[in-house]
Amino acid sequence: MALVSVQHLTRIFDVSKPWLNRVIERREKAFLTAVSDVSFNIEEKTIYALVGESGSGKSTIGKMLVGLLSPSEGSVTIRDVDLSRETDAAKIDAVRADIQMIFQDPFASLNPRWRVRDIIVEPVAARGGETTGMAEKLLEQVGLSARDAGKFPHEFSGGQRQRICIARALASEPKLIVCDEPTSALDVSVQAQVLNLMSDLKDEFGLTYLFISHDLTVVQHMADKVGVLYLGRLVEEAAPDALFDDPKHPYTQMLLAAAPKLGEFGREVPPPKGEIPDPINPPTGCAYHPRCPLVGDVCKKLRPELREVRGARVACHMVK
Amino acid sequence: MTKPILSIRDLTVEIPTRYGILRPVDGVSYDIAPGEILGVVGESGAGKSMAGNAVIGLLSPPAHISKGEIHVNGTRIDNLKGDAMRKLRGKQIGMVFQDPLTSLNPLLRIGDQLTETILAHLDVTRDQAQQRAIAALEEVGIPGARERVNSYPHEFSGGMRQRVVIALALCAEPSLIIADEPTTALDVSVQAQIIALLKQLCRTRDTAVMLITHDMGVIAEAADRVAVMYAGKLVELGPVRDVLTKPSHPYTDGLMGSTPLASRGKARLHQIPGAMPRLDNLPTGCAFHPRCPYSTDKCAADPAPTLQDGGGAAACFFPLPHKAKVA
Repeated sequence: MALVSVQHLTRIFDVSKPWLNRVIERREKAFLTAVSDVSFNIEEKTIYALVGESGSGKSTIGKMLVGLLSPSEGSVTIRDVDLSRETDAAKIDAVRADIQMIFQDPFASLNPRWRVRDIIVEPVAARGGETTGMAEKLLEQVGLSARDAGKFPHEFSGGQRQRICIARALASEPKLIVCDEPTSALDVSVQAQVLNLMSDLKDEFGLTYLFISHDLTVVQHMADKVGVLYLGRLVEEAAPDALFDDPKHPYTQMLLAAAPKLGEFGREVPPPKGEIPDPINPPTGCAYHPRCPLVGDVCKKLRPELREVRGARVACHMVK
Repeated sequence: MTKPILSIRDLTVEIPTRYGILRPVDGVSYDIAPGEILGVVGESGAGKSMAGNAVIGLLSPPAHISKGEIHVNGTRIDNLKGDAMRKLRGKQIGMVFQDPLTSLNPLLRIGDQLTETILAHLDVTRDQAQQRAIAALEEVGIPGARERVNSYPHEFSGGMRQRVVIALALCAEPSLIIADEPTTALDVSVQAQIIALLKQLCRTRDTAVMLITHDMGVIAEAADRVAVMYAGKLVELGPVRDVLTKPSHPYTDGLMGSTPLASRGKARLHQIPGAMPRLDNLPTGCAFHPRCPYSTDKCAADPAPTLQDGGGAAACFFPLPHKAKVA
């Protein structure tokens, strides 16, 4: 049984202008579909990675998983508890205690007025748990010193702050950690330290990660399964080897071709055509059809469903 | 070798502070030839942007050039004052910044911003300037340039905006472009478009490009040569293929090892222990020695050898023996 099951998840934001402007300018209400009918499962003790460009809805999915946003449609089921429909508050609370999040910017996600000790134990203290000595122990587990507990966040570098964020996420002994671009604000050598730490902790504590990133090489390094998002839709899902060696969806192929490669000096690739369309007025049918080299008539009319193709789930009419 | 467009010799930038004098750039020397892309890499705080800003004269006081020379097309520019520098900036040196939204004036149509630059530097009429502005936008691949010239910056997407910034840097036909993290704020597919554009412009106009970035992948694909910086010093300089596949400096080697690579699969990433030292607390001797796996007493005591363009490959007492690192 999967730890997390996401079914037909959809999130629509109201991005209308204020009421008076709409009346005067005779405008309709405007809606932005950030996530559209996304379904996937995360198995226990694995790393599921969501990749996509800006506006693909990857962070919105992460926020719906931890409960920072509520789904417009569809459901998030964690350990058999449907978070949007369950009415027993105690059950929801028990599941919530098992989820933590690590954010992208370690400079914005730590309260500058709190000491590191208080920051780290907060997830436990908020539920009235016993916290003596906990911060010191966690700091050592993430590679900092127990003496750092009395310091303030500004005394640390970016990589060290991200370690503090990880220590805080571990405090309540969660099962699932949602990591939203955990290393994209860090330098390469520091990124390597943090990624190694995350792998070690996963093995040590039996954690499950939802790893959200735009960096394909990091995803390939970390993930057990990868979901590729485009304009709020899941277009391909596969194990990293299958995805990176044999990408099936034309968007995945474009993304992989466009990513800079370290070993290919002076590589000349025809740059990808076009840009991500406006999510308020997405293209009809398949969202990728205006940029797709394989486009056919059916693509413009009918939105493709995810289907099995050579060991991967792909949402494309044309791929064989 | 043809005469270099940009030639930097022993450039040192100092910032006097209460805690003593900081040197974000310390004794850096390199050349960029016409049509060459020199990649400048390093982590945050390495001084790569500071070196770029010193060239174009954008150091904000109290930071100043304390030593060394900068020559552009044979003219010494590091000692030029206000007006003389202003004439040169934009005319001979164009600059592309990281964030395309903050490098354009949101209140002016992009056409006005382009013609303003052209009129300031070239002896043309307003109509000719307008024509040149449209031509510049067409050159950087903005569709419908004739109409788009009257748009405001907010009407463009991120990638298109960065194209406008590049057009702005190009419109006075400079011989040197400094691109400071031009693709860091952009998506992968747009990044590929912008890199392809820079390469193509560099080739067709024989412009010299200083490409400042922290992304080794971008360097590998775009640059001809690469300069690696650490704590204000140039630690390695050479053709991109040599430096990336056969790094001589232990720092470059560590940097390459910590980059996740497809060919390496899920093997543990190599870690450089510690972090870049703060400028007010630099280690003695070679600044990298506390993190270096090969360091000796000599490294802690004596300052590392300074790297000269055309001289050795790495600023290190014990450069690594060459062995293939990138598969």
